[in-house]
Amino acid sequence: MQIKDAQEGLEQFNRRIAVAGALVLVCFALLFGRFFWLQVLHHDYYKTRAEDNRISLLPIVPNRGLIVDRNGEVLARNYSAYTLEITPSQVPDLEATIDGLAEFITIEAKDRKRFRKLMEESKRFESLPIRTRLTDEEVAKFIARRYRFPGVEIKARLFRQYPKGAFASHVLGYIGRVNERDLARIEEREQEANYRGTDYFGKSGLEQHYEFELHGTSGFEQVEVDAAGRAVRSLSRVAPVPGNNLTLTLDAKLQEVAEQAFGDRRGALVAIEPSTGGILALVSVPNYDPNLFVDGIAAADWQALNEAADKPMVNRALNGAYPPGSTFKPFMALAALHYGKRRPEQAIADPGFFNFGGHTFRDDKKGGHGMVDMYKSIVVSCDTYYYMLANDMGIDAIARFMGELGLGSKTGIDIEGESEGVLPSPAWKKKRFKKPEQQKWYAGETISIGIGQGYNAYTPIQLAQAVATLANDGVMFRPHLVKYITDTKTGEKRFIEPQPIKKLPWKQEHIDVIKHAMVGVTREGTGARAFAGAEYVAAGKTGTAQVFSYKGAEHKTETMKAQLRDHALFIAFAPADQPKIALAVLVENGGFGAQAAAPIARQVFDYYLLGKLPQGMAPTDEAAVEADPE
Amino acid sequence: MNATIRKYWQLLVAPLDWPLLGFTALLLILATVALASASPERIGAHLINLGAALVVMRVVAQIPPQRLMRVALPVYLFGLLLLVAVALFGDISKGARRWLNLGFMRIQPSELMKIAMPLMLAWYFQKREGLLAWHDWLFATLLLLVPVALIARQPDLGTAVLVFAAGFYVIFLAGLSWKVIFGLLGVAAAAAPFAWNLLHDYQRQRILMLLDPEKDPLGKGFHIIQSTIAIGSGGVLGKGWGQGTQAQLEFIPERHTDFIFAVWSEEFGLIGNAVLLVLYALLIGRGLQIALQAPTLFTRLLAGAVTLIFFTYAFVNMGMVSGILPVVGVPLPFVSYGGTAMVTLCLGVGILMSIHKNRMLVQK
Repeated sequence: MQIKDAQEGLEQFNRRIAVAGALVLVCFALLFGRFFWLQVLHHDYYKTRAEDNRISLLPIVPNRGLIVDRNGEVLARNYSAYTLEITPSQVPDLEATIDGLAEFITIEAKDRKRFRKLMEESKRFESLPIRTRLTDEEVAKFIARRYRFPGVEIKARLFRQYPKGAFASHVLGYIGRVNERDLARIEEREQEANYRGTDYFGKSGLEQHYEFELHGTSGFEQVEVDAAGRAVRSLSRVAPVPGNNLTLTLDAKLQEVAEQAFGDRRGALVAIEPSTGGILALVSVPNYDPNLFVDGIAAADWQALNEAADKPMVNRALNGAYPPGSTFKPFMALAALHYGKRRPEQAIADPGFFNFGGHTFRDDKKGGHGMVDMYKSIVVSCDTYYYMLANDMGIDAIARFMGELGLGSKTGIDIEGESEGVLPSPAWKKKRFKKPEQQKWYAGETISIGIGQGYNAYTPIQLAQAVATLANDGVMFRPHLVKYITDTKTGEKRFIEPQPIKKLPWKQEHIDVIKHAMVGVTREGTGARAFAGAEYVAAGKTGTAQVFSYKGAEHKTETMKAQLRDHALFIAFAPADQPKIALAVLVENGGFGAQAAAPIARQVFDYYLLGKLPQGMAPTDEAAVEADPE
Repeated sequence: MNATIRKYWQLLVAPLDWPLLGFTALLLILATVALASASPERIGAHLINLGAALVVMRVVAQIPPQRLMRVALPVYLFGLLLLVAVALFGDISKGARRWLNLGFMRIQPSELMKIAMPLMLAWYFQKREGLLAWHDWLFATLLLLVPVALIARQPDLGTAVLVFAAGFYVIFLAGLSWKVIFGLLGVAAAAAPFAWNLLHDYQRQRILMLLDPEKDPLGKGFHIIQSTIAIGSGGVLGKGWGQGTQAQLEFIPERHTDFIFAVWSEEFGLIGNAVLLVLYALLIGRGLQIALQAPTLFTRLLAGAVTLIFFTYAFVNMGMVSGILPVVGVPLPFVSYGGTAMVTLCLGVGILMSIHKNRMLVQK
């Protein structure tokens, strides 16, 4: 019985071993099947994935192009600085890591805030700066402790720098981190690949307009990376091509003279070389320091800039639209000659006012200027002459002539966001207003247009372009800041806007009449005091623009608060016979143009034509330029 | 002189089974090759482990099965005691309570159970040979499940699976009725949802990950994705020794221990995998042959169970690394780096050798 059981048990055991053996074979066959599936049937797929794992294309960001003035003075450059960067995905406890770093490296609350903001905006494998511009000492301290901080690195990065600080900031603009809007522009230009490693983008001014010139072409390095994303070795490298350099028509020293001439006052100045349209100086004060934006502006700074009462972020030269006031008169006079509405010698008797439709338009001189011909109308700035003239010409002729001159439309300067201003006309009014009674043009409205008031509103750059065109005998250029772009690869120079955009059909004799009268302004007229003793012949016209529209005669400049005072204007060019510079100056709430604006023009001309610096200004600023502000 | 050496040599090699030793040695050489690529700095320690494991193998091969039988119960009870001690006083490392700190060293009692379990059950069935009643099966099951439950609670799913398998093989080979086996399978299937709730969260994650590793490619799914990429990219011939980018650039996690198969597979391809499978098949085949020739129920059950444990290690490990089984901590037998597993496995080989050498003596 037992024996039989044992025999049976043995046979059963053998059968079970056979079953187990079969199971082993089936399972191994299953494994082999899986290996075959992975290694033969899907080998190509996994091979590609292994390669994708292994090889990473790292973009090499090119050096941004330099911006230099017409004399080669550097206005925007790059400098290399050490940044302390964290790759969040490689750091187990971010807060603890930052606290640990803060023990020996200064990390302020605003650095942490900025880092957190960057983290929200970026991918988790990117390395992000927690501190920029480390000192050598801080670098050394970190290196000694780096083993404690996996995922934290010191990197040398290039930073944009504006060596002159708060200077020509509305010309240069600034760069900032790439945002959604910038990405859209990059996509529009199909530059995504080129911008893969780029963190910064031009946000305003030349930095914005010439972004795609300044950026350059990214290089690429093919690297083998390990699982942690660290580059293990380089497989191949394509060097980046640095961005193109911009050489400006702007004269930095002249710009400085002009900016300083404003002192604490707000305003704008645009100086143009009439024969080329090249901008010699473009001032909008107050300035701001574009360096503040380079590694992300602190929220408090940004708020301060935007909420400041004197609005430093507004580019007054391009976006401020002001009534031209009496600076409008030379163009009115030229229009009169052009359309045959006046002859130069034709004079009017000025009683000091002009009645029209039951309304009295007053001259600023009580009792009037007596007999006034065209020359005198400009030299003494007689309003009555232009009230009458405007009435005789009609709004359509004025609008046509001024429109031809570029007033009320964008000049096309190489900075974005320029305003159009307002060129008043019945058509404009119809578009501007909704109610039918407001849409109608009244003949009385034409009268104040004649002296540059009313709906007239032009940007300083439009006035500058107009006076430059007059100085250049009707040959009009598009105002531009960049003289040429130097291709850093070939060294080739590409000139910007070397050709005039049009020649206005003015008679030379008419132009000469106006120019002669404008010379009279600086010799014996409203600008005579400002130009007393000048060693060159300047032609100009003062202007005082009312902040509120002219309603009757009450007009108490002295008692008004500073904010409500008139804007002071001055347009001019010199030397009168061979103009090298033409400009428009505007001083916000400056009062009379002759007092506030003309002296600024004088300082600018003195420097540009004679090399004469205003008192108290260092002859050369070389030392300040060379010294690194950091 | 020469004769003396020969005499000692013969004494040394007398208990060894050449085919078993040969297959084991080939696997150990393969292990060394793989480790030299995956983690060359560990070769020294690995060779020490190998030496220790081979000494254990030789020593155990000398021990006659009768003596193994005598120690079966004490070893099992000792192991059980340690497991209880771990549950009460064990050290926690990486969130699991697996280690017992003895003051001078830390031991992992669950490892002991991999051998103690088949020893104990084989001993029990030997004792009850010919007298088996239904309650014997129940009792055997209890002997199996108590330690397994303690290990699973630590938690150490991999070891629990291996210890369970070791005991189950004994019960299966002892002739557990097919009806019961299929009945239990049915019950297990029905109970699966409840078991699911008992699992730790991370254990559930691993099982879910198997179904769709791409769901979390950088987190939980990373291991499986990277190891399957390694295997698949190896192709038929492999990338060559030391040339596996997945391995060398550290995309394969745990590449010297549980995932060393991915390294081997990437560098030696389908051919290398076939070599490995054939070696395991030969080792297992020899083990099963020894079981068939074993003289007593105890030795038959023990030899069969130990052999099938080798299979379980190999299948579970390769299955998980190639992405068809969930990731549990089971090393590739004789190949993964790690002294404890190496010693345990060689101890098993020693037991097989002892059983084989003593097949005639005991039968007498």
